[in-house]
Amino acid sequence: MTRSSVLGQLAALAVLIVALLVAFAVGRYPISPSEVVGVLAAKLTGHASDVSPAAADVIWHVRGPRVLAAVMVGGALAVAGTAFQGLFRNPLVSPDLLGASSGAALGAVLGIVFSLGVFAIQAFAFLGGIIAVAAVYAIGSAVRARDPVLVLVLAGVVIGALLGAGVGLVKYLADPYNQLPAMTFWLLGSLAAMSPADLIPLSGPVVVGVLILTALRWRINVLSLPDEEARALGLPVVPLRVAVIAAATLVTSASVATAGIIGWVGLVVPHIARALVGPDFGRLIPAAALLGAGFLLVIDTIARSVSAIEIPLGILTAFVGTPFFIWLLAGVSKTWS
Amino acid sequence: MILRGYDLTIGYRDRVVGRRLNIALAPGEVLALLGPNGGGKTTLLKTLLGLLPPLSGRVRLGDRELSDFSSSERARLLAYVPQSHVATFAFTVEAIVLMGRTAHNNLFDAPTTADREMVAKMLERLGIAHLSERPYTMISGGERQLVLLARALAQEPRYVILDEPTASLDFGNQGRVMREIRKLSAAGHGVLFTTHDPNHAMRAADRAFLIRNGERLGEGPTGEVLVRTELERLYGAPVEEISDAVKARTAFLPGSI
Repeated sequence: MTRSSVLGQLAALAVLIVALLVAFAVGRYPISPSEVVGVLAAKLTGHASDVSPAAADVIWHVRGPRVLAAVMVGGALAVAGTAFQGLFRNPLVSPDLLGASSGAALGAVLGIVFSLGVFAIQAFAFLGGIIAVAAVYAIGSAVRARDPVLVLVLAGVVIGALLGAGVGLVKYLADPYNQLPAMTFWLLGSLAAMSPADLIPLSGPVVVGVLILTALRWRINVLSLPDEEARALGLPVVPLRVAVIAAATLVTSASVATAGIIGWVGLVVPHIARALVGPDFGRLIPAAALLGAGFLLVIDTIARSVSAIEIPLGILTAFVGTPFFIWLLAGVSKTWS
Repeated sequence: MILRGYDLTIGYRDRVVGRRLNIALAPGEVLALLGPNGGGKTTLLKTLLGLLPPLSGRVRLGDRELSDFSSSERARLLAYVPQSHVATFAFTVEAIVLMGRTAHNNLFDAPTTADREMVAKMLERLGIAHLSERPYTMISGGERQLVLLARALAQEPRYVILDEPTASLDFGNQGRVMREIRKLSAAGHGVLFTTHDPNHAMRAADRAFLIRNGERLGEGPTGEVLVRTELERLYGAPVEEISDAVKARTAFLPGSI
């Protein structure tokens, strides 16, 4: 490992730590960073802290779940996006390429139109994402072409468009006073309603999927070569591709199910990580996980603190992501060709 | 352990490229595959590598069917050097060559120090150690070809199979690749390569296999098969033969002017 890539990993870690301190400190009830550290240290060491119980309560019960969710969703989307960019040999690919987000969106709006509970809506969204990607994969495998990866991408685009039309239809038919605002809000993405109970259905799939992708990260290097070359190097290409798609879909669907549609993280963060540690997926995936977590945490902190009403996350990531991406295209495009 | 194709019909599901092909490659031997564009050279190469199943016939490695080998077993015996191309991601040369160790590691393994030492040794052997930290996308076509050869060597294979290894190389690098091919066979590797230049086959190969429209036109020691009349029949174009009686060597020029 070169020295610059070690520095890059440390920079990614530093971003996350600073983002964590700021996210715990900022809000309607301001807490100083030293109080944050004091509360966390007290929990870790078991000693009583001299910080007010109110501050501890805000940290553990109000900001804690939300911060953890932002860390998990941001890290998961960034890792899934990085893995997909390698798998599809294209740096402009995001984790919803195969329809995970649009499938989850259709699942969620259906859940809302049937007036289901919060957890049922999340389950619908999660299953919607997984079913959509499974359908795309089935179509991609049924069409026997010379370039199976390209067929997958095209199937993803087509199914994504169909699911988008489905979402439009459900919104059109929905009750415009109760259901439509809920759908619109959900589709824009938010972590405002995160409770400790929400962390359980989120953390299971995210931890499993991210662990799988992290464990496979050296093989994703080989997977980014043309199929025949990867096979000649001894890689079981098809099973590995299925594993990466399954893991990425698991984390994307779980993220979208809890937080709604949050674009740009899975597209922009891998590029920043690549600029920091280089294109080798062995180093890139851990760096993307740290940076994605830090990035979404910063975005979410802005979303809940700059104005009296919450700004939807999907809108903020687009406002931050678009100019950043254009800047990246102009400046750092040399890290890929 | 001989790599052998028996009565192969090769091609794709919707298109037969070649029929009734018998071909064998022994350890320590260099075989050159010559023929016009679209004649089936690359398809035959991929069939022998196990990347493309034969439509009929069998490919055997030693006394086993090639299709019975696991993908990593196969990659520890047969290495493929594709035509050099531009990669999507700007991996370093070291990272590219490290991928040659895939078949020696488990699915979740990170590259070990031993892997990195092996890579350094192979880069040294091909005289490109100074490129180790350079991005693969920023080096010349000739250097890329050598990097892909280094990656094949890092697989520690018995056989090395190269697709037009001298295409797009300058004169000096062509010579370097041919010298490496000779060194590989001297070290006991079997080498199969395709080429558009009969002179390269004369220079580096022991035997030549001529293929046109998916059919074998001739096969044998280069000195016997690579003669003017055979080459004119193979390419359907005039060829000029130049002989050096003192060194007992022959070279060919394309066309007649």
